[in-house]
Amino acid sequence: MRKQKRENNKDTIRRVLQLIRPYWWQVILCLVLASVTVAATLYVPIVTGDGIDYMIGEGRVDFAKLSQIVILLGAVTAVSAFAQWLMSMVTNHITYQVVRDIRIQAFNHMEKLPLRYIDSHQPGETLSRITTDVDQFSDGLLMGFTQVFSGVMTILGTLGFMFFINIGIACLVVLLTPISFFVANFIARRTYSMFKLQSETRAEMTSLVEEMVGNQKVVKVFSYEDEAEQRFRGINERLRICGIRALFFSSITNPATRFVNGLVYAGVGILGAFTAIAGGITVGQLSAFLNYANQYTKPFNEISGVITELQNAIACARRIFEFIDEPAIPEDAADAVALEKADGSVKFDDVSFSYVPEVKLIEHMNLDVKPGQRVAIVGPTGCGKTTLINLLMRFYDIQDGTLCVSGHSIDRIARDSLRKNIGMVLQDTWLKAGTIFENIAYGCPDATMEQVVEAAKKAHAHSFIRRMPQGYDTVISEDGGNISQGQKQLLCIARVMLLHPPMLILDEATSSIDTMTEIRVQKAFAELMQGRTSFVVAHRLSTIRESDVILVMKDGHIIETGDHESLLAKRGFYYNLYQSQFAES
Amino acid sequence: MRKLLKYLKGYVKESIIGPLFKMLEASFELFVPLIMANIVDVGIRTEDTAYIWRMCAVLVFLGVLGLTCSLTAQYFAAKASMGFGTALRNDLFAHINSLSYTELDVIGTSTLVTRITSDINQVQTGVNLVLRLFLRSPFIVVGAVIMALTISVKMTVIFLIAVPLIALTIFLIVKITIPIYKKVQSVLDRVMLLTRENYSGARVVRAFARQEDEKKDFQETSDSLKAIQIFAGRISALMNPITYVLVNLAIIAILLKGGREVYNGFITQGEVMALVNYMTQILLALVALANLIISYTKATASALRINEVMAVKTTMTDDAEDMVKLPDSPYAVEFDHVSFTYAKASAPSLQDISFRVKKGQTVGIIGSTGSGKSTLVNLIPRFYDASQGEVRVQGVPVRKYPFAQLRGGIGVVPQKAVLFQGSIRQNMQWRKKEASDDEILEAVSIAQAGEIVEKKQEGLDFKIAPGGKNLSGGQRQRLTIARALVGRPGILILDDSASALDFATDAALRRAIREKTKGMTVFLVSQRAATIKQADQILVLDDGRLAGVGTHRELFHSCGVYREICLSQFSKEEVESLA
Repeated sequence: MRKQKRENNKDTIRRVLQLIRPYWWQVILCLVLASVTVAATLYVPIVTGDGIDYMIGEGRVDFAKLSQIVILLGAVTAVSAFAQWLMSMVTNHITYQVVRDIRIQAFNHMEKLPLRYIDSHQPGETLSRITTDVDQFSDGLLMGFTQVFSGVMTILGTLGFMFFINIGIACLVVLLTPISFFVANFIARRTYSMFKLQSETRAEMTSLVEEMVGNQKVVKVFSYEDEAEQRFRGINERLRICGIRALFFSSITNPATRFVNGLVYAGVGILGAFTAIAGGITVGQLSAFLNYANQYTKPFNEISGVITELQNAIACARRIFEFIDEPAIPEDAADAVALEKADGSVKFDDVSFSYVPEVKLIEHMNLDVKPGQRVAIVGPTGCGKTTLINLLMRFYDIQDGTLCVSGHSIDRIARDSLRKNIGMVLQDTWLKAGTIFENIAYGCPDATMEQVVEAAKKAHAHSFIRRMPQGYDTVISEDGGNISQGQKQLLCIARVMLLHPPMLILDEATSSIDTMTEIRVQKAFAELMQGRTSFVVAHRLSTIRESDVILVMKDGHIIETGDHESLLAKRGFYYNLYQSQFAES
Repeated sequence: MRKLLKYLKGYVKESIIGPLFKMLEASFELFVPLIMANIVDVGIRTEDTAYIWRMCAVLVFLGVLGLTCSLTAQYFAAKASMGFGTALRNDLFAHINSLSYTELDVIGTSTLVTRITSDINQVQTGVNLVLRLFLRSPFIVVGAVIMALTISVKMTVIFLIAVPLIALTIFLIVKITIPIYKKVQSVLDRVMLLTRENYSGARVVRAFARQEDEKKDFQETSDSLKAIQIFAGRISALMNPITYVLVNLAIIAILLKGGREVYNGFITQGEVMALVNYMTQILLALVALANLIISYTKATASALRINEVMAVKTTMTDDAEDMVKLPDSPYAVEFDHVSFTYAKASAPSLQDISFRVKKGQTVGIIGSTGSGKSTLVNLIPRFYDASQGEVRVQGVPVRKYPFAQLRGGIGVVPQKAVLFQGSIRQNMQWRKKEASDDEILEAVSIAQAGEIVEKKQEGLDFKIAPGGKNLSGGQRQRLTIARALVGRPGILILDDSASALDFATDAALRRAIREKTKGMTVFLVSQRAATIKQADQILVLDDGRLAGVGTHRELFHSCGVYREICLSQFSKEEVESLA
């Protein structure tokens, strides 16, 4: 299990490296710059120490040497600062470029995913992969670049310089510093359980808040406010107690490691002072050592944080890769038919389909629709009415039999050309965040204003659009809060109206449209269906009655077909459905 | 932020002790370079080993003291900030509970959730940081300058020039980048919008064959995000090099001027070393302060958002304290020239509505969306106050009731079928806390939800997932109806609550309510004429006005609006045969 995980991690890292590969020379530049920065930064204390050594006491200052030192110091500072700056710029550039690449890759993949995936996954999941995960990955990458590498360089560089100056004191530092690392680790391990408790309590609170505040109106309906408050206070108090502990113990780390560093500092002071007395090092060198003692421990303390960050980044990268690896829809075949203008005929020949193999849905379906015919699909909810839409639009592929549109088998037709021939108005009225104009012209972005107005007029949407604050330029907010459900539906109809497709798929709304708009929608639908082959998932009796063919569906099967009169005469399922829906009492 | 400080009230002691001990710790840290200077100047110069040991012991002692102080500070800061967060959270939750529908409409509940969770956390972290570090950094800076002053007044001039320059650089960069990062956030929001939109609209995007354009749009947005991120990064990339250069320039100045001072015998070698050390300490302190400012800005943004909610005062308070004694009225609900206008709306949603409902009657309410059906029923449990006129329940004006008594007598099934995490039984006990299983099962069977409970192995103990995700829409809706029926309320309001039910279940539900809840006054709000046509009384609403009151038969002949609705849903022959 653990080995498996390590394998996965390796794999993920390999793919991250592949992503970075196009920028390899920038990465190398970055590494070189980091080395320069670290070397220069570490050299500064030595130079400063030398400077101090040239001022031994009253009347004993070597000004000539001192000015040399100052010039050197200035030069080293300039080099270090410049390298630092350039390094940040390059890492920024690589990181954001890589993140952009991976984000676009993920988005493009989303456009290619089969609807089967989209229908069975929560949007939040995908959303968090393309946004949050990518962001965390970028943070981790940025930190990894700048901190891990320069941290390691600093440790190595400091060690080198220290051993160069004095082996004895260097050994002391090397022996003592890991203590702070261990202390930090020790505390982290001890606090882990407290953090876990805290985050569990916090999650408990969030879910309570989501329920009680998110559904505040329901809470009020049942006068449940006091009870909700009591429960909230209970959790809140528990959160306070475990929060104090978690917060306190986690904030011990810093002072504790600082204390250990203080000990190292004192140790260097003693040993350094004795070595200096014995003539082993100069005062300036001692000053450099003290400086190093501080610098050397810093990356150790930081690295533990960076490693968690990196692990998190790899986990995020893995989630993104997983998403990108989801099998996409196969490309259209090279010799696929590009359907110019469909004649409107649809033929189901022994078609079978199911979402899950265990649950058979559509079995051996046969249906012959002539151009211009109107087909109503009726039946109880969950009977597979929308499945027919999915198959016709080729959102899902049939599993058996043949489905022909305009004489061509549907899997031989290029998807886009098939879909352009079918106008679709769904009950779930999806609009883009954008202007009304952009939304109506969605299927035909180069449409002129006249064409759009024309379409809107035919869809009976023109009058309400005119009354909007900015007319056709009114921006529809993301949740469409500024227009009603019925108006949205009219816009969706106008969107199709603009295209004059030879075939139509309509999904009648069950409720929540007001009567006046409803009448408009009905009229618009009627106008739309004029002379076009149409499939209507119907709830309204008038629509059903005026159809050429009624498909009565139950549990995925077409159990009855015919027109209204003949189906009533049959006194079968349709008759009962009709009785329960429209003739109750 | 200042407005929220009152939540630290119970923690005055902690909020003073915390920063105080932090300052103590900082001052110990300030002594370290001075002691080191003494080791160099006295210990090494005179080769006094005993002195060196002594000084090192002092160093360790200072370290221990520092650790103790720091831990004390940390503990009190943690206690104060957690206490602050807890008090604030309790208060905000209670405040949200006190808001009426009117305020909830304006604010929206989803933002309330983020404010009570992540915003308060952000502020709490900010308070903790401020208590721990806000005084420490300036104290170290000032302290280091003072220590320099004790060494040499002349040398301190370098500090007095360098410190403001470094501080200025850091604050300028922070100040410039904060608005840029806000802009980054807004572009990021657009990235999220495009993603969400394309996911939920996958069918439409594909139906119109617009994938390529959507990809292009997303790529452009990603590119502009990258550009602005790189721009922000370019500015923050300046911070480290510039401060580094400034500090080293100061050190160069210290060396040059220090050399002269040492030569003239004013200061010692060790003291120059100490000065260099102080310079480094100042830099570290200022960088820490810059980070603090960034977190503090985040916390203030959150504090503002919390204050916004706190500033919203409820327009409806639960003043009546004593239970109202109910008179012997034949009417369950009376509307007396009631008008109602929503907050911030320009036109009234209900205008001059008057009607009376006898106890035990079934009332149907029909009309188009926006005609005021839900608004009307929401006035009965006093979720909103009528702007004009009076609503009476059981003969008593609703304003005279304590909320709990009024709402306790009414079972409401809201449009949105919301169930809560917990067992079915717990959900069913929302209206009546001590409801027995028999009571619950009876309500469940009236609501046509019997088979849902029966099919679950756990029965009433079946655990409902958050958001009721393990139930279908229709199942949820039936259970919310059952929930309202538990404890047999005198009045039952079904606000378009059968939309997810098929027609047969809808009919069975209405039959069960009619037969098994004798004496209950029922309000049925619906778009479907079939649902309400059997009611004793039908209210037809049109654009906020009462267009007609009567039975189906009466209204069909007398009320134009009602006839239009019926005709749009049934064919002419059908309507006539039914009427």
